[in-house]
Amino acid sequence: MSKKHISTVINGDAMEFLASPEQSLLDILRDELELTGSKEGCGTGDCGACSIMLDGRLVCSCLVLGVEADGKNIDTIEGMGNGSDMHPLQKKFLEHAALQCGICTPGILIAAKALLEKKPDPTEEEVRYWLAGNLCRCTGYDKIVRAVLDTAADMRAA
Amino acid sequence: MNDMTQTNLQKDLKIVGTRPLRPDGADKVTGRALFGADKSLPNMLVGRVLRSPHAHAKIISIDTKAAEALPGVKAVITSKDFQDLPSEFVPAGEMMVNFKDMTRNIMAREKVLYEGHTVAAVAAINDAIAEEAMALIKVEYELLPHVMDVEEAEKPNAPLLHDDMITIGVEPAPKKPSNVAKRVEFGFGDLDKGFKEADLIIEKKFSTQPVHQGYIEPHACLASVSEDGQGELWVTTQGPFVVRNFCSKILGMSTSQIRVTASEIGGGFGGKTVIYLEPLALALSRKACRPVKMVMSRQEVLMASGPTSGAKIWVKIGVKKDGRITAGDAVLKFQAGAFQGSPIGPGAMCAFAPYEMTNVRVVGYDIVVNRPKVAAYRAPGGPISEYAVESVMDEIAQKLNLDPLELRLKNAAKEGTQAPYGPKLGPIGMIETLEAAKAHPHYSAPLGPNQGRGVASGFWFNIGGETCTSININEDGTVGLTLGTPDIGGSRASMAMMAAEELGVPMSTIRPIIGDTSSLGFNFLTGGSRVTFSSGMAVVESVREIIVELRKRAAQLWDVSIEKVEWVSGHARLVGSENPKSLSLRELAEAAGKTGGPIVGGASINATGAGPSLATHIVDVEVDPETGRTTVLRYTAIQDAGKAIHPSYVEGQMQGGAVQGIGWALNEEYVYDDNGKLLNPGFLDYRVPVCSDVPMIDTVIVEVPNPKHPYGVRGVGETPIVPPLAAVSNAVSRATNIRFNELPLSPPRVLAAIESR
Repeated sequence: MSKKHISTVINGDAMEFLASPEQSLLDILRDELELTGSKEGCGTGDCGACSIMLDGRLVCSCLVLGVEADGKNIDTIEGMGNGSDMHPLQKKFLEHAALQCGICTPGILIAAKALLEKKPDPTEEEVRYWLAGNLCRCTGYDKIVRAVLDTAADMRAA
Repeated sequence: MNDMTQTNLQKDLKIVGTRPLRPDGADKVTGRALFGADKSLPNMLVGRVLRSPHAHAKIISIDTKAAEALPGVKAVITSKDFQDLPSEFVPAGEMMVNFKDMTRNIMAREKVLYEGHTVAAVAAINDAIAEEAMALIKVEYELLPHVMDVEEAEKPNAPLLHDDMITIGVEPAPKKPSNVAKRVEFGFGDLDKGFKEADLIIEKKFSTQPVHQGYIEPHACLASVSEDGQGELWVTTQGPFVVRNFCSKILGMSTSQIRVTASEIGGGFGGKTVIYLEPLALALSRKACRPVKMVMSRQEVLMASGPTSGAKIWVKIGVKKDGRITAGDAVLKFQAGAFQGSPIGPGAMCAFAPYEMTNVRVVGYDIVVNRPKVAAYRAPGGPISEYAVESVMDEIAQKLNLDPLELRLKNAAKEGTQAPYGPKLGPIGMIETLEAAKAHPHYSAPLGPNQGRGVASGFWFNIGGETCTSININEDGTVGLTLGTPDIGGSRASMAMMAAEELGVPMSTIRPIIGDTSSLGFNFLTGGSRVTFSSGMAVVESVREIIVELRKRAAQLWDVSIEKVEWVSGHARLVGSENPKSLSLRELAEAAGKTGGPIVGGASINATGAGPSLATHIVDVEVDPETGRTTVLRYTAIQDAGKAIHPSYVEGQMQGGAVQGIGWALNEEYVYDDNGKLLNPGFLDYRVPVCSDVPMIDTVIVEVPNPKHPYGVRGVGETPIVPPLAAVSNAVSRATNIRFNELPLSPPRVLAAIESR
């Protein structure tokens, strides 16, 4: 089948690509656009390592087709913040040692940011249930949850 | 050299023991860090694996002609592309490998031995064509009966996996082949006498299921073999040097022909200490003359990469009324998977290791079954055998009406105790972790209805091994530190901290990197909790040597003998002079051209003296009597780290290990159908703990220094997965008043027990 021409805005930049009908948005991001910050841990929407924002909605990019992104806004980890201007969550994850291997970190940061935008004052339980779709096998989640709660407190105070 | 004195134990430490940001952190929170699947090369092909749909079958023929003829297919390989290798055992950390088996595991030869076993691999210009090509490969199988359970597999009439397997460790050697690869035995004393002295004897059978390491990053690599036969491999691995050596053996290439670069690694837990895709990608690249990238799907990871053993365990312990153990006896039967090499040795050695035993025996059997070959998983073998022993200990405490921590304190191993596996133990922290548990507010907190509190202790050896690091003083006085052990959870931070402490400079001036296999001598892999211990030892040694060199350079500039120069806080200082002189690291680096050229150093050691790490965990659970579901309410992990170089990452190991153990205890298991096909090869059904499943994991780091390490480090990564299995099971048993002896304690199993109560 022929590829379809897709126009999107990714991390604020207009970007176009050709997508085969069966290609996931994750594959497009990683293989066609070289945005490898989103990770594939399962390809079935169970691990959350490929979490991105699609028109402001938190999704697993492995469960979205590339062609579905036409005309949409995409935010990935690459657009979250950089060395000199990190998002508070990124800073807190480093301070709290909330990552070990780091493979789940991009997806968890994207998901946590979406939570704090929706709910600036989450309880521990709310953080835990919101992040229940993002698997981490290294940390036991403790330092991740603390980092998110601490970021929320700081952002509210700011 | 490996007799470093503990010069730093009492010293006022400035950096070691603090919590600086990790040097690789920024890349990991911004998505820039490159993992196994994140790298590409021009003109790259995609490699895919054709796997066996059967649990056990003879391969009659493989026809690859149609696949090879498909446009876009650039190479197809089968076992014909690999030389056969004779049986040869090689130690690989806590495990052994055999090249005859290894070449058969990466590509089936005569038979397929488990569902998912590799039978062919394809390289094509894209994934869709590779997939199409695989469908065109015709494999003719002759189905054979399969066996999945150790007690079925050891029966005389069981289907045989390997016609030539004669049990090792039995005298006289059996005449007939069987599925029992090996028998091991450890112990001493007089069991009969010990059990006769006992006032109470408890004897019980246990079973555990195989569980997967569950690293979130699937196996992935990118291979490129040039036209003149030089191979490059980018791979997610715990041991780039080990991968290089295994691949060179399998592919008949010399070691220097393969350069392996370890990517950032997205979790390993022991599962990335062996090879799967790597030799296939190299062979495909060699055949296609193009780079080949291979990435496993999650389904492939679960079906075909190594879980740890499922097991059947029998334990018998005798005690006096006061709780003192008089004898302990155990038999362990571990699933090896399709090829021999379960962690039966370490499992047997650990079983009673937290305790001072006078009469003890552990017998272990390594048994092959039609499942994927097991790989190391965090303290391989320890959680299984210690789960059984710690469960019996809890039952003894209940029967004798003793506090379970007091019972353990009465029997705790300490410095000078003869370990059940032979040697006398050095200083260890068993008593210290028990005392810390007793004193912790968690232990005396009240419990509600349907709630129970479990405790368990755990022992793990930790290892040392071959290690090599290099250090360069750059022209501006900053420091390049090259390490050969992949950083799986913050080790670059701890290495830079130890180097900075020794050299007396800020940590920010030190840049630690993981070198490729051509930049350093051989390094054994990241495993056995050995990195902070062994690489740390090599780093400290290399810094100490470079300090001698720096003093020499300063002496040259001042025209004095080296004895007149001391190294203090990152500076060379002239001793006992009326005219105090000082040269900073930067000044010495800038003057290097005048004093003999670049200032470089390194250390090469075979680290010995790793110290066992002990832990005691406390867990509170609530069991829903209507559904059998267990909720973990509170968890405290207490562990002897020797010395925590970076306490946050030590706590992280303790928390992560505890939660993996909770998954093992409550949820995780492989479900096979009657045909030996895996029914749950995905994270939806193979359920690892998610964030909402667990509470905060409180930690207490105990520090009983290891006298063999310059800062007292023991190694902490593995021990924390040992206690949770029994701690959780004991908690569930106390909450329900039913003794459980099978894992996982999934809701249906617990509910069935409650209903038949």
